[in-house]
Amino acid sequence: MLRIRADLVDEIVAHARREHPNEACGIIAGPEGSDRPERFLPMRNAAADPDYPGLPNTRIDPETGEKIEELRFGDTFFIFDSKEWLAVHREMTAREEEPVVIYHSHTQPYSEAYPSAIDVESALEPNAHYVIIGTKDPVRHELRSYRILDGVVTEEEIDVVESYMFAHTGADDVPDRD
Amino acid sequence: MATVSIPTILRTHTGGAKTVEAKGSTVAEIIADLDANHSGIADRLVKDGKLHRFVNIYVDDEDVRFAGGLDAPVKETSTVTILPAVAGG
Repeated sequence: MLRIRADLVDEIVAHARREHPNEACGIIAGPEGSDRPERFLPMRNAAADPDYPGLPNTRIDPETGEKIEELRFGDTFFIFDSKEWLAVHREMTAREEEPVVIYHSHTQPYSEAYPSAIDVESALEPNAHYVIIGTKDPVRHELRSYRILDGVVTEEEIDVVESYMFAHTGADDVPDRD
Repeated sequence: MATVSIPTILRTHTGGAKTVEAKGSTVAEIIADLDANHSGIADRLVKDGKLHRFVNIYVDDEDVRFAGGLDAPVKETSTVTILPAVAGG
């Protein structure tokens, strides 16, 4: 289960709405081993850059079963800007944090808030909660969370709380800092 | 020897070590030396002679994808950082 503060969910939703129809992406960092998302870190989607060359990909058409060759850009693909990612990674390491949540949006009319084949292939953080927010409906979003381990996707519940102080997160609970 | 920073996902190959030393004057040589000491790690980084599409390797602050790929030069004093690219669709 993912337990997450309501204000952090609001940040994810706002970021995804801002970037739509491009995919938004980012991290919520937390202390190593805590499983507690605390620090919201929206990231730049380099696939949305005008000079991004496109990711070569094949997709199966769900209706005809045919292979479709396509290049994926910012509205169907995301990749953390590599320089920004290095800087954020170093900062997290120095603060003894890890990515507790890795989120991105799905924006296309045909796509559900469910991990795509590329999401599964690229999921390399065994301890992370992979959160997907669907923004195809202009009013109602869809927010779902998954664990992805060795190609196996497991959906999990999301428990949205006002504060971790009053949520039962274990013996090492600490009050929120602000 | 260059210092190589190992991401969580690959630490099973390094006995849990976050950083290891490796010798080589290019990224390809560093990977070969890593693999000689930490068997299997090269397969996680390179596919069909190219850097795996969801792995980033940096020499100091440069992403090698924009700086010569596997031929990118590495100095004795360099820090090589391996990071999974965070990507998806």
